[in-house]
Amino acid sequence: MLELIDVAIKFGRLQVLQPTSVRFERGKTTVLIGPSGCGKSTLLRIMIGLVEPDQGQVLIDGQPLTPASVLSLRRKIGYVIQDGGLFPHLSALDNVGLLARHLGWTRLEVRSRVEKLAELTRLPQEALAKYPAQLSGGQRQRLGIMRALMLDPDVILLDEPMGALDPLVRYDLQEDLRKIFQTLGKTVVMVTHDMGEAGFFGDRVLLLGSGCIVQDGTLDELIAAPADDFVRRFISAQRLPGLNGKEVAP
Amino acid sequence: MNTLLRLSAVAILAAGTAAAQEQKPLVRVGSKASIENVILGELLTHLVNSSGAEARHRAALGGTQIAFQALTKGDIDVYPEYTGTLTAEILQGEQVRSDEDLRAALARRGLSLSRPLGFNNTYALGLPDAAAKRLNLRKISDLARPEHAGLRLGFSEEFMNRADGWPGLQAAYQLPHRPKSLDHSLAYRGLAAGSIDLTDLYSTDAEIAYYKLRLLEDDRGYFPEYHCVLLFRNDLANRAPQVLAALARLEGAIDNAAMSEMNTRVKTDHIRERQVAADFLASKLGMKVELRREPNRLWAATQGHLLLVGVSLAAAVLIALPLGIWSYKWPRLGHGIMALVGIVQTLPSMAVLACMLTFLPIGPAPAIVALFFYSLLPIVRSTLTGLKEIPNHLKESAIVLGLSPRARLWLVELPMASRSILSGIKTAAVINVGTATIGSLVGAGGYGDAILAGIRLVDIPLILQGAVPAAVLALLVQGGFDLLEPLVVPKGLRLAAGKS
Repeated sequence: MLELIDVAIKFGRLQVLQPTSVRFERGKTTVLIGPSGCGKSTLLRIMIGLVEPDQGQVLIDGQPLTPASVLSLRRKIGYVIQDGGLFPHLSALDNVGLLARHLGWTRLEVRSRVEKLAELTRLPQEALAKYPAQLSGGQRQRLGIMRALMLDPDVILLDEPMGALDPLVRYDLQEDLRKIFQTLGKTVVMVTHDMGEAGFFGDRVLLLGSGCIVQDGTLDELIAAPADDFVRRFISAQRLPGLNGKEVAP
Repeated sequence: MNTLLRLSAVAILAAGTAAAQEQKPLVRVGSKASIENVILGELLTHLVNSSGAEARHRAALGGTQIAFQALTKGDIDVYPEYTGTLTAEILQGEQVRSDEDLRAALARRGLSLSRPLGFNNTYALGLPDAAAKRLNLRKISDLARPEHAGLRLGFSEEFMNRADGWPGLQAAYQLPHRPKSLDHSLAYRGLAAGSIDLTDLYSTDAEIAYYKLRLLEDDRGYFPEYHCVLLFRNDLANRAPQVLAALARLEGAIDNAAMSEMNTRVKTDHIRERQVAADFLASKLGMKVELRREPNRLWAATQGHLLLVGVSLAAAVLIALPLGIWSYKWPRLGHGIMALVGIVQTLPSMAVLACMLTFLPIGPAPAIVALFFYSLLPIVRSTLTGLKEIPNHLKESAIVLGLSPRARLWLVELPMASRSILSGIKTAAVINVGTATIGSLVGAGGYGDAILAGIRLVDIPLILQGAVPAAVLALLVQGGFDLLEPLVVPKGLRLAAGKS
């Protein structure tokens, strides 16, 4: 599935990511969490080839990510960003079906696939004819997810997908999304800075701090046995329900 | 079968001979942009037509160099020129001292000149006839007499500064005066109002008769001679010998008074040049000239103008769009491209037109090329800006989707930049409509003909005949692009813009 081997990157003199190796297991949801600037988004961007690492290798299905392979490998990965990243000049349907159409799908094939995805993500069918500017934030995000699922990729990467949504919309979407991930059995890597979200989605949580993975485990393990003082402070700062006022295990 | 072939061969031959007999030789007459030159051009046009050839008048070309260049390149066959201009300006540096030198220098270029038409349009000094009588002034040397030392002289800026103007004149005649400089057109009013006593003028100016001026005799032969001659291509003698014979009828036929009178009729009486020319030929040579009905000027000018704007704009879009895209993809190259199209924009239009004339014939082509150059900057810049302004997360969205660079450009980036690109094209089109009026300097047609003629004739209504349609066309172009926007700019973008 998805593996990083000894990947590191500097922006100027700043070591954004220390040499890091990590494997993401098939069918599991892994959450990358950490404070701003810890390198979690950079890690995700390296996996899709938006950023080229100074060293190390990314393997997707055992195939190394290179300039020559990046285009075809990207099509095996769905990528979701905040607010969906929809193109304003295309209707919802055309946004979701853009790549498929480009790859030669017929209009009919695209339409039936998109309608199925709308059902899966609980997007009202009438929203498909509308333009992004006419849709709500939650609908745009559902479309972003549909677009990522369009070619039925094995891997889904999500970069703070709920960041721009208000709490109620967010709550619904989280529920739906977890159900989708579980049903489809995708390999999911999600970046968030929200501990609650991390616990809700993550079979596994990677906590990053200043460019390296500080702790790798389940959320329970992180709370029960923080690897160091940084992890402890990070978890305490999140005001998790049930943790309120209580000390994280020393 | 055989018969059929033979029959058709005969038919083709017959048609060919008929066409050859029908075909009159085409003679292209040129004239520089002044009232006098356009009148002379019309005289030549009438004479050519009367000789059985077909004349086309490229009227009011934008200057001596343009006209002479057009003649040497063969864009025109004949145009009126002045001996002084030939020796002092066109053949400057070739040490032309005698008539033989002049003819030899022209022959090297495949050109010949006629004998003088009669008038000498040189610098002269003039003053109101009444004052001249009162002061007993006939010759320039009279001015040196002590009792005339107090005369107030007002000269045009050019005359004050030219070596063959006042500085040389003062030295040649030992004149004691301290003239002041003023605008040439104001000088006549100054004379009439009495604020100056004497000014410089051209010896065939229309105002000489109007203001009843006397020209002082250049008794020491100081001013160079500007005899009017016809300059023509040698091949004209082979192509249309009867035309040369017809044109020769003008030799010695127009004296200073006649030319001045024709200028007056056009300038002050607002009679068209072709009418004035026809009247002169009737009275002087007993020629009956049939004035053809002029085609609808407005419609012809509109067609000409649309041709200039349309072709130049279409070419500019085809070139500027890729330039803008390359500037976006390779920013270093983009700096170079932007600098280049920026420099092109600053070139004076006259300079661009003159350059174009070295390898393009007079007519629409050089103007279209110049307009093309001026259209590049707005379109390149708007393309670059439109592409740059696409939010970064959307550019990345297209990348991570797995679209190839080419597909990203066509499916995402260009549609998203369409509004900006269209507005750049609109700007270029509207500017083009205005700039295209300079095309008439090189015989390109369009609304500029009326505007330049109006300026030449100080005829405001004539200027408006060109300026108003140009303004209307600019508005129509603007409106047209506004109507085009919904077709070009995707609906979703317009919705998004409306929301923000």
